[in-house]
Amino acid sequence: MEHMGFGESILLSLVGIALVFAVLIVLSLFIRLLSVIVRAVERAPAAKSAPAVPAAPAAAIPPQGNFVPGSAGDILLHNVDDPTAAMVMAIVADELRLPLNELVFRSIRELSPEEADEEIASHEHHSL
Amino acid sequence: MEIGSTLLNLWNSAGFAGITWQQGVMLLVSLTLLYLGIFRKYEPLLMIPIAFGMLLANLPLAGLTDPGGLIYYLSKGVSWNIYPCIIFLGIGAMTDFGPLLANPSSLFLGAAAQLGIYVAFIIANLMGFTPAEAASIAILGGADGPTAIFVTTKLAEYLLPAIAVAAYSYMALIPMIQPPLMRLLTTKKEREIKMEQLRVVSKKEKILFPIIVTIFICLLLPSVAPLIGMLMFGNLLRECGVTQRLSDTAQNTLMNIVTIFLGISVGAKAGGDNFLRPETLLILGLGLIAFMFSTIGGLLLGKLMCIITRGKINPLIGSAGVSAVPMAARISQLEGQRANPSNFLLMHAMGPNVAGVIGSSVAAGFLLAVFQ
Repeated sequence: MEHMGFGESILLSLVGIALVFAVLIVLSLFIRLLSVIVRAVERAPAAKSAPAVPAAPAAAIPPQGNFVPGSAGDILLHNVDDPTAAMVMAIVADELRLPLNELVFRSIRELSPEEADEEIASHEHHSL
Repeated sequence: MEIGSTLLNLWNSAGFAGITWQQGVMLLVSLTLLYLGIFRKYEPLLMIPIAFGMLLANLPLAGLTDPGGLIYYLSKGVSWNIYPCIIFLGIGAMTDFGPLLANPSSLFLGAAAQLGIYVAFIIANLMGFTPAEAASIAILGGADGPTAIFVTTKLAEYLLPAIAVAAYSYMALIPMIQPPLMRLLTTKKEREIKMEQLRVVSKKEKILFPIIVTIFICLLLPSVAPLIGMLMFGNLLRECGVTQRLSDTAQNTLMNIVTIFLGISVGAKAGGDNFLRPETLLILGLGLIAFMFSTIGGLLLGKLMCIITRGKINPLIGSAGVSAVPMAARISQLEGQRANPSNFLLMHAMGPNVAGVIGSSVAAGFLLAVFQ
């Protein structure tokens, strides 16, 4: 095509911008749908497993540390002082990119050097 | 052997004797771009390779761009559209679509900020460019270098030097082009609006998003599949969590290598004979118009969304709908903070910003479908 008339170029532009809007509106609907489905899927196993895990056994754990009040429940500290525990929780929240008040920490325990070595060795793996 | 004739032969075989005035001017242009890149920090990662490619291509008798020359072969990556797609792979690996997933209405702003593409298309047609040329120039409104190169290579490759230089120059000039328009089109009260914190997006959503977008957009607009496919592949490498090394390579090493090759190749296309033409000035002017109207489109829809949501959306995030990532989002943040020092718009602006990348790809796909 050598040249296009003014009216034709306006019409084409209107179709073009309408298409961009249409595609991105459909995409936004996909995203909303995706969000609903993913949340429903993530809630389903949690709801199923909830009755299977009674609250009582948790209380049966011998209290080896001191309970500290938190924004999402209580947390059991083993040989860890409050500032260190706060620092660990802040780092975990930052790494996971989640607000701290949406995380539940059950306990924080300081490992001995031997225990730490074993823990690292059990998680190390290599892949291409 | 006479020393005089030897010196004369040496002079005649040297580039100094063979230089044309066009090459001389282009050398000055390349030196100016080098200055802007090095000392003024205008998109240095792209500006410096482009400027140096321009310099090399305009050295007489060096033959770097002739068949068999180094840049002749490097330029195949542009002609065959390999570099823009690999750049998109890197961009995908660097981009967090979380803010977009948290607030899908950002996509509307990304769509509105493509307005400049169509305004420039109409004006370029009126100025006598062919529709394919007008489409190549208009895509500058997307403020997206790889997409502009992708479309121009397919529709009007001879315009590539001017369009590539315009695309990257305007991206570098965003801090000067956008703020006056933002202040002109919004009230201080609107700029002061603080937006609510975005919801947390789950890992599964982030993994599924690139797959869904690839299938949907590539089925709708197959012509843009190389760009969207690579963008989303890069993002999947980032988000899936099991290809960290590939993601790191895509966003660092590979991206840097291809940026060097792309910059040199694009710059080398700006030979004096095909760059120093009146059309180049027109293209630069139309690119600026396209860019300004894209900013205006995003801002106006931002204002509309502000009214509809009763003040929950700061219209400043609309200007980030142009897809210059993350520069445009940073400008929204700076302007928001200038109006209200406690304002933090960056993550809100990243939504429209990454939506703009998808929006400009869709607009490119449409233009290619019509004119290719």
